Parts: sequence; structure tokens; C-alpha cells
Amino acid sequence: MRYLPLTEADRQQMLGLIGAKTIDDLFVDVPKGALLKDLVPLPKAQGEIEVHRHMQALAEKNTPAGRTAFFLGAGAYRHHVPATVDHIIQRSEFLTAYTPYQPEIAQGTLQALYEFQSQVALLLDMEVANASMYDGSTACAEAAMMAARVTKRKKIVFSGGVHPHYVETARTACEALGLEIIALPAAIDDEAAVTKRLGADVAAVIVQSPNVFGAITDLAKIGEAVRGAGALMVATFTECVAFGAIEPPGAMGADIVCGEGQSIGNALNFGGPYVGLFAVKEKYIRQMPGRVAGETLDADGKRGFVLTLSTREQHIRREKATSNICTNSGLCQLAWTVHMTLLGEAGLRRLAQLNHERAVALAEALAKVPGVEVLTKRYFNEIAVRVPGNAQHIVDALAVKGVIGGVAMSRLNPNAGMDDVLLACATEMNTDDDIAAYAHALKEALT
Amino acid sequence: MRTETTSGNRGLLQAEPLIFETGHATGTGVDLPEPKNTPNKLGGLARKAPLDLPGLSEPETMRHFVRLSQKNYAIDLGLFPLGSCTMKHNPRLNERVARFEGFADIHPLQPISTIQGALELMDELAHWLIELTGMPAVALSPKAGAHGEFCGMLAIKAALAARGDAEKRKRVLVPASAHGTNPATAVAAGFIVDEVPGTGDGRVDLEAFKAKLGPDVAAAMLTNPNTCGLFERDVKAIADLIHASGGYFYCDGANYNAIVGRVRPGDLGVDAMHINLHKTFSTPHGGGGPGAGPTVLSAALAPFAPVPHIVKGYSLREHKDGTRAFGRMCAFHGQMGMFTRALTYMLSHGSDGLRQVAEDAVLNANYLLARLKPHFNAPFGDGPCMHEALFDDSSIKPKGVETIDMAKALLDEGYHPFTTYFPLVVHGAMLIEPTETEPKRELDRFADVMIALAERVNAGDVQFFKQAPILAPMRRLDDTRAARQPKLRWRRGDNGADAAKHAAE
Repeated sequence: MRYLPLTEADRQQMLGLIGAKTIDDLFVDVPKGALLKDLVPLPKAQGEIEVHRHMQALAEKNTPAGRTAFFLGAGAYRHHVPATVDHIIQRSEFLTAYTPYQPEIAQGTLQALYEFQSQVALLLDMEVANASMYDGSTACAEAAMMAARVTKRKKIVFSGGVHPHYVETARTACEALGLEIIALPAAIDDEAAVTKRLGADVAAVIVQSPNVFGAITDLAKIGEAVRGAGALMVATFTECVAFGAIEPPGAMGADIVCGEGQSIGNALNFGGPYVGLFAVKEKYIRQMPGRVAGETLDADGKRGFVLTLSTREQHIRREKATSNICTNSGLCQLAWTVHMTLLGEAGLRRLAQLNHERAVALAEALAKVPGVEVLTKRYFNEIAVRVPGNAQHIVDALAVKGVIGGVAMSRLNPNAGMDDVLLACATEMNTDDDIAAYAHALKEALT
Repeated sequence: MRTETTSGNRGLLQAEPLIFETGHATGTGVDLPEPKNTPNKLGGLARKAPLDLPGLSEPETMRHFVRLSQKNYAIDLGLFPLGSCTMKHNPRLNERVARFEGFADIHPLQPISTIQGALELMDELAHWLIELTGMPAVALSPKAGAHGEFCGMLAIKAALAARGDAEKRKRVLVPASAHGTNPATAVAAGFIVDEVPGTGDGRVDLEAFKAKLGPDVAAAMLTNPNTCGLFERDVKAIADLIHASGGYFYCDGANYNAIVGRVRPGDLGVDAMHINLHKTFSTPHGGGGPGAGPTVLSAALAPFAPVPHIVKGYSLREHKDGTRAFGRMCAFHGQMGMFTRALTYMLSHGSDGLRQVAEDAVLNANYLLARLKPHFNAPFGDGPCMHEALFDDSSIKPKGVETIDMAKALLDEGYHPFTTYFPLVVHGAMLIEPTETEPKRELDRFADVMIALAERVNAGDVQFFKQAPILAPMRRLDDTRAARQPKLRWRRGDNGADAAKHAAE
């Protein structure tokens, strides 16, 4: 087997030094009967040629986004990732390193983490960011739980614009802790509705912007009421490219900002691995979940970086930890940092503008299709569209024509009462031809 | 010896400032199309203030990150004997496969007809995990080991609730030697942790365990092989006892790599166990993630598995309505990029290769145990270990050298150290896990270095250890300073001179 360097002669020699006759002597503590004598009934070892062939055959049963006119977002986005990014994250020194617990020989990972935290803080206009979470949805669940710890209150209000999968992920985690989730009905704009649910027992209001319908929310309007009620304002997002164009949550008074970073540096990957972004006001850092890198000095007085504030974390605090999270999203975080370094402010702003202009073009094209109504008025690169009929059926019909036209809202939330609503997205990857093909296919599907 | 240079570089090792100290807001390493400057639909919420994010050209970016990379240790560079972390070789075929367009460029919400290969792959991975572990079901979506623990404990909670026991059974028995994630997870799932002491031979004290059982116990969380690198001989008795008292048995599968293909957790009475695909099945650690933690479930817990579920044929059940699923772990289907790598690894090894993985991992660890036992105290070294060998600093500490000093001396010798001070039940622990991908000559070389260091301690050269490392990219870093005066990001106005200024304080 090509990954196993020991030879049979090595094994015998080593057993001899250990003082064991057979390998089974080393498994002597396994209860009798539980040590398998036979192989597990699965195929035997194969070479690279056979394995490659098998996996290639599976891959070919999927339709890659790039082979279609592709307009699907709703939590995962198809953007261009520069070739440099994948090269760097495949370098052995990043790919095959462990968590930087020995900082003297892990400054590469640690400095990249520090740069990541700084970039995230600047992007979101927040004071401090952590070293990343599993993804946007789990980051959002952590934010809800953190708000409950900070305020010592038990109710979390979710705006009806939050991605339904985020709400369900947070519900699962929060209810286990005895917290109560108040999920408002699905709505493109519920700025007024969320503040009505405030009360002395509400720990946080969680608002997504741009939300699952693509709508941009004026968090500043809600923030005052939230603060007045002693709750925390939690802002979440699924499309971080937006902050190259729209007002960032930190500038509108958010206390905790959490969301998905996949758009920068990371491919679609059928939903994972992704990279959760998490940022807070500085006064809350000791309640923040997850790893964080900080600056310090070495014995010679040189600047270096270490993982710090670990007294919040499970490996030190055990049952008193702020979260059970152990890993961050290392390589995905590195990909994010490399891509963001390539972009810089100038590149990010242009990327965001291109996305927005593509979405405006898409909205205009779809609005011209008879019977179709664009519901989202203030948006970045996603829109909700009302179609005459069942949106799921229309999405399926479009797929047959080589157009991935978005996702039916009913697939994300069957109880939303929005069976005729379709969520569509445009990015810098969509050409004018793609948009024309979509409008044409939709027209056909509706007649 | 001259150690300072004019440039700050040291031979191949290049000094490298932060991107914020070299880049500027107008720099960029991407050439995107010209925007058309059409009227926007941002409704007055356009970003007002500058971002102040620096951009670097492509060559500058490449150089920056390559320079950083050269300050990292990595498994591809040398032995990485971190106990409990399973730093084994990461096959590059897995990386290639994960990047196939048909896997990397598919969206989690695409129409079902366009993702049949993805669902088939997940079903095939599930089949392998089920056959290997002897458990009837697996939840694939947990995103890391601790997330898998959370999934297992929530399934247990749901099963208790289904029989009306959730309010009554709140206590979870966790051995003192457990990973920190176990007690943290139990609390996150709304349970109360009750610690079970160990015995003198590094295992759970069965009598103490029995004494803690009762009608308020929800579950036991046990790592097997445990964090001392030992197989829990009484694991079946523990499973029977917890079941007889009405609770469930959670097994932390972090060390499953020691028994894959040789022992099926399903045969030991396990109800739930997460599998770290980034350990046993060699998806890369990536400097701290991403991981993946699929969780196998017994027949008693399987009905409560979180959504989404794969339905044969293939389709997806994405909502819990009408099922007994306890909820949802994350937005989509879990770590697909890790599923492709892990399945590639499994197919490459096959049933015979995976069995050899466990055997060679255990053999390598026992070999190091045998070679180092005469020179370091092995607290449970009388019998064989599993995939990792545990030592402590009791034989060197009286001479003034502790575990941390031994670890830092290894940095100068060109090694990543062993795991230090874990498990907590052994003072000054040094936990060594070589894995099966180390050839014998690398083990011998490492053992020779460790023995030479032990001899150096015996010779009384304490200063050698206390000043280490002197050859690593950095000297010892001040953790206390980092925690007391947290500086977690760059701010405009910071500059490289700050560090020197602080040093002069």
C-alpha cells in the first residue's frame, strides 16, 4: 500500500524489540470477540488509476455550475477565485500544518490569522474578529448563544429575512441550552416587525443584511430600539462581497456580526467547507467563541503572534468554556485572506460594483418577462422574484434548459407561504448572454 | 555566534511585515472588467467610509504568503508526533479529486437532478463508515469533531425526550482524562457534567463509574482508545452498565484511527460516535481546519438524526417536519470537500489497507514506547499502548527540565514536539503519536534525538533547555503579555517599530 512505509521485515524487527510475537499481542486489551479476525466486507486497496476513475465517474453525474447559465445564491455564491489562492493553500507548510500551538514554528499560520482578523474587522467595520468559525450558519448560532451569555437573557428574535437554514441551525443549538427562538414570519422587509418583539427578556435581535430575499436593511434604524431595550444587535450575512458596496454592519451599530465568508477565496463545494466570519465590539471579547490570534513579543523582543485568550476555550475551561468549538476553518480562512489581499480595497469595490450591476441587469431582464415581478427593491446581488406558478416547478423546468435559475423559497422554508417566490442571484461570473438565456428560458417555461 | 543580520532575514528565512505595512488601498492583484457605472439600487445604503484594506499585486502576494509559509512546521517536512492529533501523510490524489469540477463547482441548493453524483458519493461514504464501525446509521453534516459530539449528544437528548426522560436525566458521566470538548459539548447540549476518576493504570475506574449511575444519568461520554493511548478494557461492561441504568453511550471517536478495520464500535455497545475525517481518514489539518465530524448512530438513536437526510434513489429530505429528526447542524450538507477526500482515501486503502493503518499506527507507537521507556517515565508503560505513547516529566523534572523545556528543545532539533500537558490526569504529560505513515528510520532518528536530550538532562545542562529554542524562526513567545494586553488586529497608526518600542519598555 503506497501510503504505508513499513516493510514486513521492519514490522518483525519492531515487534521483536517490543517483545511481542504478533501484532495481536498489542491489541490484547480489546475484549475477546471484539477483535476482528476477518476483513470488513468492503472493497480491497486500489491504485491511483482505479480510484481516480471511480471518483471521476461520480463527479460526472453532477452538473457543474460553470456548465450552465447559473443564478443560484441563497447562502453560497459562485465567484471567480484567482489561481494564486489555490496554489498558496496547497503549499505543504499550510496544508499539512496543525493548529499553531507551538508558535515558534507556526508563525506563518499565526501571522495569516492576524491579518485575516484585521481584514475581517475592516470589512465589517468592527473592533475585533476571531480566527473564523465552521461556516456562517454555525457562526450565527454561536452569536445567538453569546448574546444570551452577555445579557443573561433567554429570548432570541430572528428577523423574517434571515436564511431559514440559519434560523434552524440556531434553533437546534439554542433550544438545547434552554433558550427560546422567536422566528418572525418570512418577509422581505420587517424592520418595523422586529422592534415590536423587543422586551426585557430579549437577549438579541438577529437581522440579516443583505437578507435571504436580497434586501438591504437599514440596521441603524433598528439599532436604537434594540439598545433601548437592553438587547444586543446581531447582524448576519451570507454574501460578504456586499460590504465592498454597502454600509457595513459595524457602522450601523451592530454589537456582534457573524456570517458566511465563502464568497471570498472559496469554491461552492456543495456547501462546505466554508468559513464563518465572527466579529464583536471589543468589550465583549472575553465572551467571544472560537480561536483568536494576538500580537506579542519573543524572548529577543521581536514581534510575533500566538493564539491567545484561550481561557475562554474548551481545552482550558472544559465545561465552563464559551463554546465547545475546537477547530476553526483554517485553510478556508487562509484562502479568504489571500483572495482579499489580492483584491485590496480597490479590487473589492470593483468586484462589488460588478456584482451589483449584474444583478440590476438580471432584475431588469426578468421584470420584462410577462407575469414576473421583482419583489426586492433595495438589493446588492440577489433578488426575490414572484413567478406566475409554482417556483419549484419552474426551477426544475429551467434546469432542463441548462439554466440554474435560483432556488424556490419553498425549498428553504415550505411553511413560508411563498410557493411562487424564487430567489435569484447574479455575480461577476454571469455574462449578458447568460442573463438573456435566463430571461428567454423563463419566458418559455411560463408559456 | 552571529545571529543578527542587517536585513532582518536569516539565510533562507525572510523577515516579512504585515500586508498592512506594505500594501495600500489602491494596490490590487486582480484585473476585473470595467464597471458600467449604471445607477445603483442600494437605496441610500452605499458604503460611506473607506475600507482601508491593502491590496498587493500578484507577485507581492505570492511572495508574502510563501515567506510566511516557510515559518511553519508541517507533516510534509518531518515527523509531527502530536498525541491525539493524528498528523499522518495527506495523499495528494485526495486534493486533486476534491477539485474536480463536478465536486468543487456544484451548489448545495442545485436542483436534485443535477447533483445525483454528489448524493451517491455521500451515500457511498456513509456505507463505508457504517461497515467499518458496525453502526446502522450516520449523520454526515457535523463540521468538525466537537460538532459531531454535539450532534451525538443532541440525538441522545432527543431519544430521552421521546420516552419522556429528558427532564429527569440531566447528568452526563465524563472521565477526567477526556478531551476538553467532551465536557464543553455536554454543557452546550444542556446537560450537567459529572467527572469520573481514573485508575492507576490509566483507565476509567469501573467501581467509581458504577457508583455514579442512577436514574438521572443521561449518558456516558468515553474516549476509546482513551487519551492516555490505552484501550478501555472494561468498555463492554461500561456500555452494559449505562444501558442497564437507562442511559446512552457516547464514544469520542478521536482515536478511532487506532482500531479502524480491527474493532467495530458497534460491537462494543456504542450508541453514538463522531469520526474525525481529518484524523482517521487523513483530510488535511490545514493549520487548524476545516475538519469534518460525521457521527455514527445506533438503531436507538438513528431516527433522531439531523436533517438533511439522503433518500435512496437519490433525493434529499431537507426539513424535519414529519420526521423525528432533532434539528439541523448547519446550513447545508456538511463538509463535502472533506467527504470527497475521505472516500478517496478509503478506496485507496480498501478494507485490507485500513486494517494495516491501525496495525502500523499501533506498532509504531509501541516501538517508540519500547525505545524511550528506559529514558523517560511511562506512567502506564507496563502493557502495550494503542496508537500513542504517553510519557511524563517526572524523571527529568527533579533535574530542572520540564515538559515545556523538552518540547522547546525539540524545536531546535527540527521537530514539532509531542502534545504537552495533556491528558490532564498525568502531570507533565508528553503524548507521542507517530501514526502509520512514518518509516522505521524516522522513528529511530526521533528516538535517538529524544534519548540524547534525556542524556543532556542527566548531564545537568539545564540552561540548554531553558533558552530553547534559539534556532527556530522565533524565540519563546510571551503568552502572558498577549493575554493581558490583547492586540488582536492591525490598526492604522500601528507600525513595525511598535514592537521594538514595547521591547524597550
